[in-house]
Amino acid sequence: MHTDLPLARDRSSTLVTVLVAVMVFLAVLAAAGGLALDNVLDRWTRDVAGNLTAQIPPVPGLGETAKAATDERVARALDVLRAQPGVASVRALSGEELTALIEPWIGAGEVLEDLPMPRLIDIVMRPDAVPEVDPAAMGEALRAAVPGATLDEHRLWLSRLLDLGQAVGLLGLTVVLVIGAATAVAVIHATHAGLATHRPVIEILHMIGAQDDYIARQFAAHALLQGLKGGAGGFMLALPVLAGIGVLVGRMKGGLVPSVGLTVVDWILLTTLPFAAAGLAMVTARLTVLRTLARMP
Amino acid sequence: MMREADDEGPEDGLGSGGDGAAVVRFDQVGLRYDLGPEIFRDIAFTLDAGSFHFLTGSSGAGKSSLLGLCYLALRPTRGAVTLFGRDVTRAPRTVLPRLRRRMGVVFQDFRLINHLSAMDNVALPLRVAGVPESDIRHHVPELLAWVGLADHLDARPPTLSGGQKQRVAIARAVINRPDLLLADEPTGNVDDRIATRLLHLFEELNKMGTTVLIATHNEQLVRRFPHPRLHLDAGGLTCLPPLPATDPAPAAAAGPQRPRAGQRPV
Repeated sequence: MHTDLPLARDRSSTLVTVLVAVMVFLAVLAAAGGLALDNVLDRWTRDVAGNLTAQIPPVPGLGETAKAATDERVARALDVLRAQPGVASVRALSGEELTALIEPWIGAGEVLEDLPMPRLIDIVMRPDAVPEVDPAAMGEALRAAVPGATLDEHRLWLSRLLDLGQAVGLLGLTVVLVIGAATAVAVIHATHAGLATHRPVIEILHMIGAQDDYIARQFAAHALLQGLKGGAGGFMLALPVLAGIGVLVGRMKGGLVPSVGLTVVDWILLTTLPFAAAGLAMVTARLTVLRTLARMP
Repeated sequence: MMREADDEGPEDGLGSGGDGAAVVRFDQVGLRYDLGPEIFRDIAFTLDAGSFHFLTGSSGAGKSSLLGLCYLALRPTRGAVTLFGRDVTRAPRTVLPRLRRRMGVVFQDFRLINHLSAMDNVALPLRVAGVPESDIRHHVPELLAWVGLADHLDARPPTLSGGQKQRVAIARAVINRPDLLLADEPTGNVDDRIATRLLHLFEELNKMGTTVLIATHNEQLVRRFPHPRLHLDAGGLTCLPPLPATDPAPAAAAGPQRPRAGQRPV
């Protein structure tokens, strides 16, 4: 594109390129962290159906009588649990589900039919109640109703961890937004400086019949170029850092933590960041020029 | 001449043709800078389409300010200025580009853009009007050659002499065949031969319909080209008939201004 304003020679020009590079570098890291965390949380959430699991010991003995007694215990436990504060729903796992859970260890077959198996109850808490749930009190109430029943609370901790993770993920998004705002402010200042520096040329252009748009286009094209240059630089800098973190995370695999990683969609999202920064710089420059010129006599 | 359709009401039947319609009209115009004294009082004149006027007056009489009112760098503090049939006294700045594209202005200080080549400087009015680059590459060198700068197409203004800069400025003012040409001392930095040549260029444009107003204090030039004069004096403006032509072949043509005494053989 032809330009009449030597914007590329301005000192603030390099400054904006460097700033955009730094901003994109930080934004890519923050976004990558947020997205990876989101992926982890996704897997955890998928693994966990309810928040708590209650285990009801079977009434000893075989035959219909014992089974009916166990069913009665389960029904009692369900009533007690349903009455607990913050409980959204409770559900006793069916015989087939229990069999499916044990099959990997014991093997399929008639033998399962005859084993006195403990029953499991899946408890789903209301999401808003999760932080206040006191599993100790719930377990107390359960044991009072059904002696020997236990409450497995690991998943409650996990759901609290999920909340924390989501908050951290949200923080990543906030960081990206703040970085965007900071970039816009930098571009606004650089544009003001450019307008002041080139005021004489802009006046000549006006006298010759140039519309504000003609001048704004040149500033916008320049800002776009700076944004693309800085964005590409920042993105390139972020790649080795991400790779390094990836190696560290890879060593942790096989532990308790589900595999951490970025999907193809995540990478596409990250790649749009430098372009988004360039677009933001362009639009900001354009609006700044139009607003400033509109105030000229 | 081709012209974009006017977006004015029915009272604005003014075109470019030499039908005597007013291109510039001042009604009781007064001008003051900030709170200073009024430098113009009740200035009233009309430039009909296709007319050719000199604007005379001593240094400091306000010739540049009057031109500034015409190309809307200045707004009158009193009275009304009408351009191309449109009252522009309080026109919003968004309408100015369209009006300015119908004018060519030669500034006294040239106002060339120093980092652009002569070629790009002259091309500016076409570029801001969105003329295709192929046309620009065709017309601009042609005009620069005509004003004698064929060898300086790529020269930047700081490397040009005063007279060369002036010719670049004039080329920029006339490149888009303006309806109104305003020139502030356009021959102040060139020798007499080139001054005459430039005046012929202005007359040429004038014959094609351009309204011309030239501010000058070169009386010799005013005598050689018999056009009516607008004379500024003490904040007022009077319309004067053309000065009578002097000896058609002045011997001391290249001499300083106002060589009246030495010009006539005693």
